[in-house]
Amino acid sequence: MAAETTPTFDRVADIIAENSEVARDSITPDSHVTEDLGIDSLDFLDIVFAIDKAFGIKVPVEKWTQEVNAGEKPADHYFVMKNLATRIDELVAAKAG
Amino acid sequence: MRLEYFQMIDRVVSLDGDAIVVESRVPEASPVFEGHFPGHPLVPGVLLVETMAQASGWLILGRNNFARMPFLMTVKEAKFRSFVGPDAPLDVSARISHEGSGYTVTEARLTSGGKRIAEAEILLRTMDFPNPELEAAMRATAARIGLPGYAA
Repeated sequence: MAAETTPTFDRVADIIAENSEVARDSITPDSHVTEDLGIDSLDFLDIVFAIDKAFGIKVPVEKWTQEVNAGEKPADHYFVMKNLATRIDELVAAKAG
Repeated sequence: MRLEYFQMIDRVVSLDGDAIVVESRVPEASPVFEGHFPGHPLVPGVLLVETMAQASGWLILGRNNFARMPFLMTVKEAKFRSFVGPDAPLDVSARISHEGSGYTVTEARLTSGGKRIAEAEILLRTMDFPNPELEAAMRATAARIGLPGYAA
């Protein structure tokens, strides 16, 4: 059974489709941004810029990458779509907090 | 300005928080004009983009105190409104519109004698300097062009 989508997931998936060659209907909550969708680092930064603008936040990509590289967090925690949407919701909530 | 050496900025006029103003003068002669175009010399649009990108880069370096090196990543919404030929004075301004994680976005504009020439939204990836030689060279250039705080 497919995982449920959320408004944040839908918005992020729209942004990815608009800023890369990934087809919108191929993006699912379980998609890994780089491993499944094949988004390269340049497209990913464009996507992050669009997410920053759309949600009024600063996605801490460098901190996330450092944590993954240091083995402190699995890459899926940040870069699987449903988890990325959750992280964005957390950033929005923290900013509003 | 030395087109063939990609030295696009002559002087920093001001650096104020999130904005920079720089100026340059297009050389009277350059090998670039031999090809672009024969008998009708024009500064190539890509070099006008490079000029705006370099102004944005100096803004970032001045702002982050040479902590990281900006590299051109994306150019969006570039427009070229008028031609620029030999000996033209150029005024370039750039303002930071967004500071992300590992990248910075600027809105840059280039004018000549008050006339709008070009504008673009520029994304620069900011990374650790790849080697001390590059950082030293950038600091030396900063002194040459009068980046505030680094003037010779």
